[in-house]
Amino acid sequence: MATIEIRDLRKQFGDFTAVRESSFTIEDGEFFMLLGPSGCGKTTTLRMIAGLELPTSGEIYLDGEEVSQKLARERDIAFVFQMFALYPHMNVRKNITYPLVSQGWPRNRIKAKLDEVAGILGIRDILDRPVGGLSGGDRQRVALGRAIVREPKAFMMDEPLGALDAEFRERMAEELRALHDRMGATTVYVTHDQLEAMQMGDKIVVMNNAVVEQFGTPREIYDTPATMFVADFIGDPSMNFLPFEGVLAEGASSVSLGGIETAIPMAREGARGRLVLGARPEHIALTDDGPLRGRVAATEYLGTSQVVTLDTGFGEVKARIAADRRMAPGETAALTIDGTRVTMFDEGTGRALRSELNEGVI
Amino acid sequence: MSSYSVTEPSQKSKTVAAVLVIAYALITMVPLVWIILTGFKSPADAISYPPKVVFDPTLEGYVNLFTTRTRVTPEDLEALGPPETWYDAIVRQYDMVIAGPSKFGERFLNSIIIGFGSTFLSIFLGTLAAYAFSRFRIPLADDLLFFILSTRMMPPIAVAIPIFLMYRQLGLSDTHLGMILLYTAVNISLAVWLLKGFIDEIPREYEEAALIDGYTRFQAFYKVVLPQAATGIASTAIFCLIFAWNEYAFAVLLTSATAQTAPPFIPTIIGVGGLDWPAVAAGATLFLLPVMIFTIVLRKHLLRGITFGAVRK
Repeated sequence: MATIEIRDLRKQFGDFTAVRESSFTIEDGEFFMLLGPSGCGKTTTLRMIAGLELPTSGEIYLDGEEVSQKLARERDIAFVFQMFALYPHMNVRKNITYPLVSQGWPRNRIKAKLDEVAGILGIRDILDRPVGGLSGGDRQRVALGRAIVREPKAFMMDEPLGALDAEFRERMAEELRALHDRMGATTVYVTHDQLEAMQMGDKIVVMNNAVVEQFGTPREIYDTPATMFVADFIGDPSMNFLPFEGVLAEGASSVSLGGIETAIPMAREGARGRLVLGARPEHIALTDDGPLRGRVAATEYLGTSQVVTLDTGFGEVKARIAADRRMAPGETAALTIDGTRVTMFDEGTGRALRSELNEGVI
Repeated sequence: MSSYSVTEPSQKSKTVAAVLVIAYALITMVPLVWIILTGFKSPADAISYPPKVVFDPTLEGYVNLFTTRTRVTPEDLEALGPPETWYDAIVRQYDMVIAGPSKFGERFLNSIIIGFGSTFLSIFLGTLAAYAFSRFRIPLADDLLFFILSTRMMPPIAVAIPIFLMYRQLGLSDTHLGMILLYTAVNISLAVWLLKGFIDEIPREYEEAALIDGYTRFQAFYKVVLPQAATGIASTAIFCLIFAWNEYAFAVLLTSATAQTAPPFIPTIIGVGGLDWPAVAAGATLFLLPVMIFTIVLRKHLLRGITFGAVRK
């Protein structure tokens, strides 16, 4: 089991920069998520950690040892591919034991280990089947078996649930997390699904356009996004952005939103110009009376809650409110924003402004 | 009531298709059957008109193909006593005795050595080159591939004279090595292009999984990529062998005594002792066999679908 430290990692493919000076640390035993939209460099980062791609510059420390230029087979890292990549000309048993054969394990030890792994994954009955006819879930279990059989220092998983049907995905996600908790192995997991990342991860790195946008626990990332990209990418529906022209004084605990005084967490840095007030839908309450008003454009009934879309002077705003409240399109309502949960952004840079809420996190 | 299916052909169209396929097969089989039958006819039956479909089969053609014979006087024939073997007996019907083996066996062996040798070499080099082109970032890869293909854009015989002169200087004229190299040079472009297509279709993840699992790049290539490419290798090998096996122009030009292959040799049979069609037909029949067997042996590899299901696309 291992700690992985990434320092100023960069990858260039010709003129295209896939990963730009990224740094973060993965603690021993962590379930670590690399999250971002497709093409953001998360898979390239994962492949560099595994040794399938060599970085243009920067270092990767595996348990303190610099491995960035080492061959994949010298790193003792297992990789689970999105498309499973099971050896098609071998049956399940051979697929799982293949890494052990390469390491020259004796036959009886391989047999004992295979039995143990097959037991953990519940695939004892399919060991002699060819991999071709297996269901998606079973194929993924075999791919996992091939990874865990080696007891590697760390697991790399490249969207391992991406190729599964929705119903299977839920179950495999639980199985994966349970497997991780049981083995306690450092796991780096690439996904573009923010829900999956929130659900499974101990820590999340959010990447966009080859850059690490934020690095933290799911709670930190959700409650105190470091950039507008993260705020927008995480959460469904995503954070509301209310842009305005104004001044934010250091130490202030309210801003003038086009004349409407709105409470915010106490600012730790000042800014002026184009600013954005970010508020999660669940931190906006709808009341009958107030200065910030909007007209209901649509309602989405979700059972446990409902999402109301309102047209306001600051654009479209979504509020998540109790399911039992009746709202009809065309109605007007006042919006009350929970002043303790707001994040202020500088629109030019997209960066969150420091406040008492996110101080020490970003 | 029968139900209609969008994808399943109807009984009627199936019948029409079957009739067409059978008719086409029969038409293409006629010359082949003709040659095979002629090989078992006597010279008189072979040239009779109208052609005989029913005849007494004889191995005369094959005996003539593999032997050289001389005519002897009836007295000398008498002095020799009864024929010792069945093929002696056949020959003596024409007042002849067997003088020795013909060169057909030797030429046939040359064809096998040169055909399979150049096929092996083309596939060996072609697979390695195709793998490199498919997987590695090679500077000017597209230009190189075009260059390789361009060697196939003119008929090979266009360079026959320079090759003839070069081979004479290099001492490669009329050698097995020379012919193997020549056929390999012609086939390699086809091999690289075909195999690159096949290897491109094998997902990289297989090798990457092997690299992660502790194998070297070469082991990953050998143990994971090659089995996946078997289909492509088999069909490419068939194409290469068919070319090398059938090639006539270079063989006429560059070989004579030692490395002559069967194609330039078979026509020369005609000239020996009159128009010996059964012997020619026998030679052609035997000449057909190796490629046919090779194709049948590799047939199961030609069926695609080995990779089905292991990687989800």
